[in-house]
Amino acid sequence: MGKRFYYFLLFAISVSFLFGFASTENKKTDKNPKVDQCYACHKEIENLPKDFLEIDVHRHANLMCSSCHGGDPNSSDQEIAMSPSKGFIGVPKRKDIPKFCGKCHSNIDFMRVYQPRIATDQVSQYYTSVHGKKLLTGDENVAECSSCHTAHSILPAKDPRSSVYALNVPNTCNKCHGNSTLMKKYNIPVNQFEEYSKSVHGIALLKNKDLGAPACNNCHGNHGATPPGVASVSHVCGTCHISNMEYFNATRMSKAFEEQDFHGCEQCHGNHGVQKPNDEMIGVGKESKCIDCHTNGDEGYTVSKKIYSSLIQLKNKYDTANAKYLEVKQKGMNDVEIGFQLQDAKQALIQSRTLIHTFDSTKVGTKAKEGVDFSNKASFLAQKEIDEYYTRRNGFAVATLAFLVFVIALYFKIKDKGKKVS
Amino acid sequence: MLLDRRKFLNTLLGLGGIGGILSVFYPIFSFLIPPKTTEPKVNSVKAGLNAEFPPNSSKIIKFGRTPVILIKTEDNQYKALSASCTHLDCIVQYKNDTKQIWCACHNGTYDLNGRNISGPPPRPLEVYDVKVIKDEIVITKVG
Amino acid sequence: MKNFGNKIISWIDERYDLSPIRNLLDHKKVPSHRHSVWYYMGGVTLFLFIVQLLTGILLLLYYRPGEDSAYESVRFIVTEVKFGWLIRNVHSWSANLLVFFAFVHMFSVFFSKAYKKPRELTWVTGFIILIFTLAFGFSGYLLPWNELAFFATKVGTDIVGVIPIIGGPLKIFLRGGEDVTGATLSRFFGIHVAILPAIFTVFLVFHLLFIQQQGMHEPDEFKNLPEEKKKYISFFPDFALKDLLLWVVVFNILIFLALYFPWELGNKAQAFASAPEGIRPEWYFMFMFQTLKLLPAHVLFLEGELLGVLFFGVAGFVWMLVPYIKVKHRPNWKIQPLTLAGILIVLFIVIMTIVGYLL
Repeated sequence: MGKRFYYFLLFAISVSFLFGFASTENKKTDKNPKVDQCYACHKEIENLPKDFLEIDVHRHANLMCSSCHGGDPNSSDQEIAMSPSKGFIGVPKRKDIPKFCGKCHSNIDFMRVYQPRIATDQVSQYYTSVHGKKLLTGDENVAECSSCHTAHSILPAKDPRSSVYALNVPNTCNKCHGNSTLMKKYNIPVNQFEEYSKSVHGIALLKNKDLGAPACNNCHGNHGATPPGVASVSHVCGTCHISNMEYFNATRMSKAFEEQDFHGCEQCHGNHGVQKPNDEMIGVGKESKCIDCHTNGDEGYTVSKKIYSSLIQLKNKYDTANAKYLEVKQKGMNDVEIGFQLQDAKQALIQSRTLIHTFDSTKVGTKAKEGVDFSNKASFLAQKEIDEYYTRRNGFAVATLAFLVFVIALYFKIKDKGKKVS
Repeated sequence: MLLDRRKFLNTLLGLGGIGGILSVFYPIFSFLIPPKTTEPKVNSVKAGLNAEFPPNSSKIIKFGRTPVILIKTEDNQYKALSASCTHLDCIVQYKNDTKQIWCACHNGTYDLNGRNISGPPPRPLEVYDVKVIKDEIVITKVG
Repeated sequence: MKNFGNKIISWIDERYDLSPIRNLLDHKKVPSHRHSVWYYMGGVTLFLFIVQLLTGILLLLYYRPGEDSAYESVRFIVTEVKFGWLIRNVHSWSANLLVFFAFVHMFSVFFSKAYKKPRELTWVTGFIILIFTLAFGFSGYLLPWNELAFFATKVGTDIVGVIPIIGGPLKIFLRGGEDVTGATLSRFFGIHVAILPAIFTVFLVFHLLFIQQQGMHEPDEFKNLPEEKKKYISFFPDFALKDLLLWVVVFNILIFLALYFPWELGNKAQAFASAPEGIRPEWYFMFMFQTLKLLPAHVLFLEGELLGVLFFGVAGFVWMLVPYIKVKHRPNWKIQPLTLAGILIVLFIVIMTIVGYLL
């Protein structure tokens, strides 16, 4: 009896050890089941969400369906797996989506595990935006997180395949903002994308793939998207066009603009459809922006006229110099030094045009004069090269004449000698 | 006035001959005289005297076809970088307050090693080598 | 003036035997007939070579061989040095005209059968000079160190590498290494300005000596004329003056080409860069290059390129030995077989050159 009991005890202890191991295994699988049953089943019945991508960033981080949707990922039994008692939420209601994403994304303790420096203010920012405010009132037609980021094919903004990658942002916003039926309710026009794609920024971003160019979110903000207020416009443009902003903000004009409730840069340059400015926007001609407010006789009118004439003088001198430079190039003469002078002239031209925003004709005039000097130098050097080109040809003509005279005389000499012999 | 044919031809021959010889020897002679810039600008360019270059300042030098910005830092180190912004080719400048290189066109910034650190520029500026030989600053292309 | 000249001549006479020169000036005669014009071709070729020598020496005063300086020094010559553009362009054009006239001279000699005994060695040395001229052209072409030159050299030396057994080592010897680099430039410079001129001069001197010794060849229809009907003109001064006239005209054309059709600087070569589209050799290599391109990749067990190289090697060798080839005269043939072969060869070269540029 003792022996049998001893063997039984041994057996029980071993079995319980085994069970112990097994249960610790289970504990691990509780957090990370070797097979995500939600995914496995939905894949088998071919019922994965329409926008499901294997490369989705959450999936990539080893999160499972249940991480967002709740439920029991270990069970292959639908009733258990998708049971509310197991925390199953299912498809969240539209107005709950920000909270749904915010469960993790507003929690820095959780997010820092994946990205120590990631921002966690997206949801709070979102609720300051037009989209967020409207969503709270129950409007189901505005954008929430998945409208821009998608639900199951989310990729980091730096990934070129992402719907929120810089090059893709205009198209993502345009999905709703280009839909006239949708926008009619809010009285918002639907031509922004079209205007933008014809603008200098749009062409830079969409055609030339210049990531330095602004997309919608650079001016309107990401999650706190709001059209920039009057006070912000010059700051918004000024993040890149810093000199223009600093010059403008130091002028009396900027104060006058504020008083009149003008929209800063937008007043003269437009917003979505902003084009490369041309010199006719200043001055007192038909296309001038200045005469929108200023009239003949007032100070602004005079200043505008002066600025315009400085610029046009420089532009003309530059064009002349450039034409000569091209002629030198085409004639195959030495164009290196001319190119440098021209580069300096061009720099001065760009700077003069930027200085317009000081609305100070002296400042513009001084810089323009620098440019004129460079252009003149370039023209001078170019002319020397062109003159040398013709001098060479003339010299050749003279030499040929000498040779011709020699050859003709020699020919007759030879003929004479021949006659003498015979 | 009797024009002796022989004399006439001989004169022509002489004139033509001398003209021809001059047309050949004048260019050769001019060729042999060394031009003012006595050497081709090879891979290096002289950029002035070290003593005349104040610290924490910069200047733009021409290097072949490219503009180069030469900077002397506060602790008398020299840096030479391509002055053509890698975004849209504007000429960059040295800001002696932030000690960074800045492009006025779209607010791009580079550090003193040419690395693009903010704004639109997509690539760093090319680095040039600077040596001071007998107080003369000499910039050389690297590699 | 004449007196002064005479004084100098008698001074030399008292010390050195001037009779060979006197002999030449007084007695050398040149046959005058329908085809005499071809007699000038050799002289023009010689003149162009002298132009090359002189302009080459002038360029040497400013050119700097080396990866870091060659291109820049050529640009310096063409932009900064007074008349540097002229010297450089004359040198480039004269090179091309030299090759052209060398071929014209060679084929005129071939078709007038001037290579026959006793002038076999004149032909052989002449052919060797032609090969050296092509070598001059090939080596000189690299010296400006631009993209075109770089890749032309790469392709050319690649083809050399195809020759069996010696090809590989020869290619490395020419390139100064596995690839075309600054080492190749140094080598080609040494070859172009020192080695080739030295050996070339030896063969040229022999070539000219043979001609002086043996006089001008008389074509059969001239030789068979009765003595009184044979027209000769004295070499000095008559033929020499005509030579001079032609040389001045050629010279004038040369500087016309240099001014109105200047050679470009091109882009500086980057070693290890990839070849741009449409790389071609200079026109005088085009016919061979085009032939190689048209050959199929494999013919029997031989690679097409190898076959092409061997073909031209053998053809060149046979051509050099043309004076020793005996072909039976065929009385009922309008054009004799050897002449016919020559015509076909000229046509082949011309057509292949044109095709090379059209395609």
